[in-house]
Amino acid sequence: MAPEREWASQIETRMDGRTLGLIGSVLVLLGSATVAVRVLRRRPDPGINPAILETFRLRVWAWWLLFATVAGACLIGKTATVIVFGLMSFWALREFITLTPTRPGDHRALFWVFFLLTPLQFVLVAMENYGLYSIVIPVYGFLFVPVRVAMAGDHKRFLERVAKIQTGLLICVYCLSYAPALMTLRGSEAAPFSSAGLLLYFVVIVQLSDMLQYVWAQIPSRHVIVPTVSPGRTWEGLLGGTASVALVGAVLCWATPFPFYVSALLSAVIALMGFAGGLTMSAIKRDRGVKDYGTLVEGHGGVLDRIDSICFAAPVFFHIARLLIPHA
Amino acid sequence: METTITINVLALIARVLSGASVRWVDCQPDTCQRVYFANHTSHLDALVLWSALPADVRARTRPVGAKDYWSAGRIRRYFSTRVFNALLIDRQEIKVHQSPVDLMIREIGHRDSLIVFPEGGRSDGREVGEFKSGLYYLCKKRPDLECIPVYLDNMNRILPRGQFLPVPLLSCITFGPPIWLEADESKDDFLRRARQAVLQLKES
Repeated sequence: MAPEREWASQIETRMDGRTLGLIGSVLVLLGSATVAVRVLRRRPDPGINPAILETFRLRVWAWWLLFATVAGACLIGKTATVIVFGLMSFWALREFITLTPTRPGDHRALFWVFFLLTPLQFVLVAMENYGLYSIVIPVYGFLFVPVRVAMAGDHKRFLERVAKIQTGLLICVYCLSYAPALMTLRGSEAAPFSSAGLLLYFVVIVQLSDMLQYVWAQIPSRHVIVPTVSPGRTWEGLLGGTASVALVGAVLCWATPFPFYVSALLSAVIALMGFAGGLTMSAIKRDRGVKDYGTLVEGHGGVLDRIDSICFAAPVFFHIARLLIPHA
Repeated sequence: METTITINVLALIARVLSGASVRWVDCQPDTCQRVYFANHTSHLDALVLWSALPADVRARTRPVGAKDYWSAGRIRRYFSTRVFNALLIDRQEIKVHQSPVDLMIREIGHRDSLIVFPEGGRSDGREVGEFKSGLYYLCKKRPDLECIPVYLDNMNRILPRGQFLPVPLLSCITFGPPIWLEADESKDDFLRRARQAVLQLKES
């Protein structure tokens, strides 16, 4: 009896019919976006700004990559998902620290950040040790970094340098690790749900909110929110994007363990956090005088440019979902 | 030497670990005889530059290194002899009739290319130091060699002087347009021009 039940619960954390339905919907959506781009590019006069079309084409390409990676990992299971997000995190931190000036005195601290704290965080997530992975970076990591930098003996601009490393660790590693942590949420026996489906739902909503905010920001009569940091983000984009994402969330509630109004509200929260993430990273990029974080694929920006909204939305979404889902 | 597969795998690992994005500015990879000269800030420079070359070019390109460094320790010796086929220069005893430049010219024949670091030693990464004269004498004896300036960015943060543990940041390698020694160019002029060619890539 016991092994059979274990098997059943494993299947439940991976995939169920609704999750496959969600994957199917995304495939249809991405497929039609790809076809639309193809058709528009073939026309001699596409009727829209070619620069916007090119941005959109690259964006669709990046979505395929992101979706294939995340959905593929979810299909395999929890460990694969944690590893995939761990690698994304490692690469994002690479991009972050590369663009942040550090001094030779930070070298040893950075070594431990990359090779101890980052892997440790994801190992703890895979072990489902919530008590530890929720504090190991913001308490022990954040105490360790200043001490190690101080030990190196270089006190010039000390606080600034420590803050840079801590911010990178917080955004690229700690926050992002809450996305695969969604795979560790379990429903009760009375109300089972697929945690893989929850993660996919989260990623889909974040990406949709990014796109919808961009689309809404194209309408004229623009009220830019912070012109000095991000001239492309308008109140129309934020409000219109959030409202339409909430609508999408309500429609997609069948893929979640929540009723439609909770799903709509969660989607709106994701949209707001995604906005916060994009704005914060824009401020950092603007300060460094760059447009994109990485050069992994020419013209596509970096990993961090694609996941900044995921980083900010993941911990908030995780905590709300954890509160709402009745534990087994 | 190791087999081609082993060498390609090692080059790939070096590429991933150094996170190097490679740019060729007004210059294309070619198997013709060349001298790649680069700024030098890290022990990883030779490995990373070598791994950034396409496989067929890489097979004909040999880094020039100091014998005391590259033959100390098993890993360094393995890389210098079996992977890079490096040209090792004895810094302790430089003989008059056996100058490093003569050795280089004899060893490369009419086939191989070289990787040199004309600053002589590693700098702290903030500035590119003055170039030593070896590059000039090399070009004087073989004016047909194409000299390719290379700028290695960020390597000093990945593995700075005095550290033995690397931090996996991203680096950028820029190859620039070739320069040649002009017929009546003086040593100082040529070395200044060569150094300027590397510095220009920093801006581009």
